[in-house]
Amino acid sequence: MNVHEYQAKDLMRQFNIAVLKGGVANTPAEAVAVAKKLGGNVWVVKAQIHAGGRGKGGGVKLARSLEEVEKLSGEIIGMQLVTHQTGPEGKKVLKVLIEEGCDIDHEYYCGIVLDRTVGKIAMMVSTEGGMEIEKVAHETPEKIIKCHIDPATGLTPAHGRKLGYALGLKGDTLKKAMAFFEGLYKLYVEKDCSIAEINPLVTTKQGDVLALDGKLNFDDNALFRHPAIEAMRDITEESAQELEAGKYGLSYISLDGNIGCLVNGAGLAMATLDILKLHGGSPANFLDVGGGATKETVQKAFTIILQDKNVKAILVNIFGGIMKCDIIANGVVDAAKELGVSVPLIVRLEGTNVALGKKILAESGLKITPANDLADAAQKAVIASKGGK
Amino acid sequence: MAILINRNTRLITIGITGKQGTFHTLQSRDYGTNVVGGVTPGKGGTVHEGIPVFNTTFEAVKETEANAAMIFVPPSAAADAIIECIDSEIPLIICITEGIPAGDMIKVKAALKGSKSRLIGPNCPGVITPGECKIGIMPGHIHMPGNVGVISRSGTLTYEAVYQLTQREIGQSTCVGIGGDPVNGTNFIDCLEMFQNDPDTKAVIMIGEIGGTAETEAARWIKANMTKPVVSFIAGAAAPKGKRMGHAGAIISGEDDSAEAKFKILQECGITVARSPAELGQKVSEVLKK
Repeated sequence: MNVHEYQAKDLMRQFNIAVLKGGVANTPAEAVAVAKKLGGNVWVVKAQIHAGGRGKGGGVKLARSLEEVEKLSGEIIGMQLVTHQTGPEGKKVLKVLIEEGCDIDHEYYCGIVLDRTVGKIAMMVSTEGGMEIEKVAHETPEKIIKCHIDPATGLTPAHGRKLGYALGLKGDTLKKAMAFFEGLYKLYVEKDCSIAEINPLVTTKQGDVLALDGKLNFDDNALFRHPAIEAMRDITEESAQELEAGKYGLSYISLDGNIGCLVNGAGLAMATLDILKLHGGSPANFLDVGGGATKETVQKAFTIILQDKNVKAILVNIFGGIMKCDIIANGVVDAAKELGVSVPLIVRLEGTNVALGKKILAESGLKITPANDLADAAQKAVIASKGGK
Repeated sequence: MAILINRNTRLITIGITGKQGTFHTLQSRDYGTNVVGGVTPGKGGTVHEGIPVFNTTFEAVKETEANAAMIFVPPSAAADAIIECIDSEIPLIICITEGIPAGDMIKVKAALKGSKSRLIGPNCPGVITPGECKIGIMPGHIHMPGNVGVISRSGTLTYEAVYQLTQREIGQSTCVGIGGDPVNGTNFIDCLEMFQNDPDTKAVIMIGEIGGTAETEAARWIKANMTKPVVSFIAGAAAPKGKRMGHAGAIISGEDDSAEAKFKILQECGITVARSPAELGQKVSEVLKK
């Protein structure tokens, strides 16, 4: 689960991680009130959306007067912000963060993530802050310094020194950086983050070490023990269909093709998209009905697939293991009848009670095209999606 | 012969009295697995479906001499159940539970180091040695005894591969679902090494997914160490690039983890690649004839 920058910074303050003073605003008037309260004569107006690259897209602006705060907030709130992470349609900005200005001396990168190859948390820093860090990692991997942290020791001062000296810091600034790393590690572990990324981490002319930006991403599997973080969820940032699917235990991702897919198991669902593409087709969605699908979930899955007006054919690919094929077949037939599915329906069933399942489909009176195996199913779905028989 | 489990396996189920635990324990027992006990705190001393129940794993192991455990405990308590199994020195722990916090698994991974236990999973279908022993949620009847080892990160896609083999009357030595979570107990290389050393395994299917570097590391290991043929498929070539908040996940390895990149490395390492998931059975049949 993602949160906004202002929410991430509120959490960081709770862990004594140095961030700039700021406040969130929903209207230009609120923005001015926040700026007044902060004082000073320079403020930064930052669009709050769940995507990076906001500066380049025109979502981060410097204001040198309260009038400018009002004007820029008015421009940014309501704009459709397009960045390299939003897709071409962009995202509508509903809130801005107003922050005090600061005298940046140098920009760095700091990130924490799980390194799955060793099953440990890794903290990384780079002198190449403010840049697209993926590019740095690809072109100059030596400029990224990593520490793997053993869960028994946690982050120790030795890790902090390694990272701080690698950034060329010394004296008081080094000490402040070490405290910063310690706070961020503590936040990451205690709040079950999956990513904590500070880009840029800055040193100021006054010798402070601050998070200028902050991205936190949380492990969905651990949200049950963090109700306060769950409460930060911004559903306007999430796809309505994906949220609806989630309520029924369905995993749904919308794609840009025209073949609706209903599959059990994430691996088989991915493989189904792959084989459709190999046969020249274009899937409209990824949909995993999960291991415990019932008649109701199958029906819900059809409803969600059919909301996509691009869908020209639906492919049902179920490998019934514990779940029996006759139960799935009944679910498909009932859903197709009740919802009046008008697009071609290609069904591939395999596994327990498959003969009975196929019989139910054949005797349903519905125009269902049965498929014998995975390749056959993909071919038939692709032909149907192109208007053929 | 096979790997991990066979006729001599003595299984206990952790969380045996729950709905899932009960159902799959009975399915495993019906398949022929020797189920010797189960654990549910508070229900020790009772008998569930003819199986003795204990309050702690330690007690269950002491009384039944179990050498394998299957875990069906909800995600919030599953890591604790794994640690209890490690503490009880059970040689093989198979955790089916899906949705364990990654932070919990990091601690489990540390506890496994230097212990007497091997963990398979979590978030996996389990392990089956066809005709001998089934521990997990896979449908037993699609399998047949034979000489092909199967390793996979996915559940139903593994059934698909097994089904294609059985249709061609190609049996399996052991099928291992290592699970789809970022931190798991046993990786591809661990299983490949066991299959390489198993005289009854003649070829191996490795089914991977996009994300991470497990498949590319396995490919390099195969090139350096494996004499048996390996057939592989990577799911997710058509998957959309996720809308990510940060980049930290991708930069940690510095390697491209797309399906295309993985297929390329697999091929360079001499592995037979199935570009279509429908070709797995046929490709195995081809390598076995060579």
